[in-house]
Amino acid sequence: MRTLRFLLRKEFRQIFRDKSIVALIFFMPMVQLILMPLAADYEVRNINLSVVDHDKSPYSQKLISKIVASGYFRLTSYNGSFKEAFGLIESDEADLILEIPHDFERNLIREDHEKLFVAVNAINGTKASLGGSYLGSIIGDFNADIRMQLVTPPRFSQFPVIDVVASNWFNPVLNYKVFIVPGILAILVTMVGGFLTALNIVREKEIGTIEQINVTPIKKHIFILGKLIPFWVLANVVFTIGLLVARFVYGIVPEGSLLTLYAFISVYLLAVLGFGLLVSTFCDTQQQAMFIMFFFMMLFILLGGLFTSIDSMPDWAKMITRVNPVRYMIEVMRMVILKGSSFADVLPHLGIVAAMAAVLNGWAILNYKKTN
Amino acid sequence: MEAVVVKNLTKTYGKEKTVAVDDVSFSVNKGELFGLIGPDGAGKSSIFRMLTTLLLPDGGSASVDGHDIVRDFRQIRSSVGYMPGKFSLYQDLTIEENLHFFATVFGTTIEENYHLIQDIYVQIEPFKNRRAGKLSGGMKQKLALCCALIHKPTTLFLDEPTTGVDPVSRKEFWEMLKRLKEQHITILVSTPYMDEASLCDRIALIQGGKILSIDTPQNIVNAYPDRLLAVRAHEMYRLLKALESYPAILSSYAFGEYAHATLADTDTEALQAYLRGQGLTGVEVKDADVTIEDSFIKLLH
Repeated sequence: MRTLRFLLRKEFRQIFRDKSIVALIFFMPMVQLILMPLAADYEVRNINLSVVDHDKSPYSQKLISKIVASGYFRLTSYNGSFKEAFGLIESDEADLILEIPHDFERNLIREDHEKLFVAVNAINGTKASLGGSYLGSIIGDFNADIRMQLVTPPRFSQFPVIDVVASNWFNPVLNYKVFIVPGILAILVTMVGGFLTALNIVREKEIGTIEQINVTPIKKHIFILGKLIPFWVLANVVFTIGLLVARFVYGIVPEGSLLTLYAFISVYLLAVLGFGLLVSTFCDTQQQAMFIMFFFMMLFILLGGLFTSIDSMPDWAKMITRVNPVRYMIEVMRMVILKGSSFADVLPHLGIVAAMAAVLNGWAILNYKKTN
Repeated sequence: MEAVVVKNLTKTYGKEKTVAVDDVSFSVNKGELFGLIGPDGAGKSSIFRMLTTLLLPDGGSASVDGHDIVRDFRQIRSSVGYMPGKFSLYQDLTIEENLHFFATVFGTTIEENYHLIQDIYVQIEPFKNRRAGKLSGGMKQKLALCCALIHKPTTLFLDEPTTGVDPVSRKEFWEMLKRLKEQHITILVSTPYMDEASLCDRIALIQGGKILSIDTPQNIVNAYPDRLLAVRAHEMYRLLKALESYPAILSSYAFGEYAHATLADTDTEALQAYLRGQGLTGVEVKDADVTIEDSFIKLLH
């Protein structure tokens, strides 16, 4: 026990002595948490729209100003011909072309229908499909407005109409940040815990201090505990900072209990640190450790459901996500913070992560040899 | 009483089974200053790492203080001191913190064994709040020795402690070792420097993983079988060439400003005449004092 206390004191002393590491541990997550959700946003805005208006009527003007007023589109040009506008798509200055035919207003009023032509640059699939559908719904809206003005609607509709009204639960205004911030926080905690553990032990190997430690009577598990506890504590601190940023910058208040959240992260961190430890037992240099950690982190993040939904992944990818601890962390974060899930709800996740922690740490301890 | 007993110790590395330590046997008495002398790659470090339980042998056995290096590794770890060839203390901890750390790890305190390190520690004490990474080579080495001594080890393993250290510090270091011997600590030291061999009680000359000879430095020197000559001429390179082609030559090699040579006969006059006949000037031939290096070279052939 005395030895462990001393190992811990030494470890903390070393960590806090390296000022750049301290800055990295505390500021990197804060900066990332503040910048990333603002930048990495799936809501498509600033779609460059090119309008070819052959009609130049009050109606066409009204339509265009309605589209621009929606905030999703930016009117980049107002062209006389489609050919001219298409040139802009080719030079990537426009994403969408809206062609308003001659006699748009007249036909709409007289003949009760008119066609608009929309051409979409589909190189960026998300932007194209979202842009197209935004535009479609704005035009639909516009259409409804005109009908209201021109035709007095009958009291009861002649045709049965199913009117779908959606209500968004847990994130009522579909704020993307509410969705992404807990996920990013999960990733940050994983990075801090995993990388620091792996690199720290490999560094001892690289400098040779581990040799000096190995000829001492320090027991294997005491040495490993001496390494894990400091990073477990640090990762918890980072997590707490992250929660505060989420609270005060994004106004995200966890719906569920903080206790559940901390209970889960405590176990989760054991798995992450165990993983870092395991990587370190296979590596001799910090470079090797860095690359291996990086490889796995990319996998963990891309197959963790942070950006893309796991449900829409192919089956083989879904299988991989089952052994991805980050996936469970992200899920639990969203469950507890957004849905207000209780401890009992996250129990299955907790069980899986606990099993991972046991396997990873056990493997690491077996693999950490004091002699070879 | 023997502190270290090594029997037929063997170690191979890698898939190619490169032999690093080849069937090595020796023993070190309690309180002895024992030197492993040999060039880089001779297998000195491998032997040390096996004796300090950092490396498992592939064959043979060894014991330190009666503890088997494989079975009783725990006892060995708490009773020996090891100073690796490469400085491996915590560079970001200060002198005092490093010392304190290693004392604690061994379950002791600095005060308890201060008498052991006092002589050495007072030299670095003025810098005790300086980080180990910022120390000079000589100071690092003193600190490493302090850390290896702080738990009052029965046996001390020093792997090339003087490599890369200036001549004055080297001399100082060997004086420290002599004083430690008075504390009845068994010391095993390895070095590639032949001149340090004479400072040991007994030495083992080692090359290519094999021990060539084990004895006191004096006995090894005395056992030199031939008459050793020191030959000098103005042009060293041509002198060596000429010696090589001398019919009665047994061996010849450069040794400082002289060339050392052994002959099949005892006729130094004939050698001198031959060298002058080769057009060399300033020829001088005299008897040389045999050194460990000469013995080592002799054993290699």
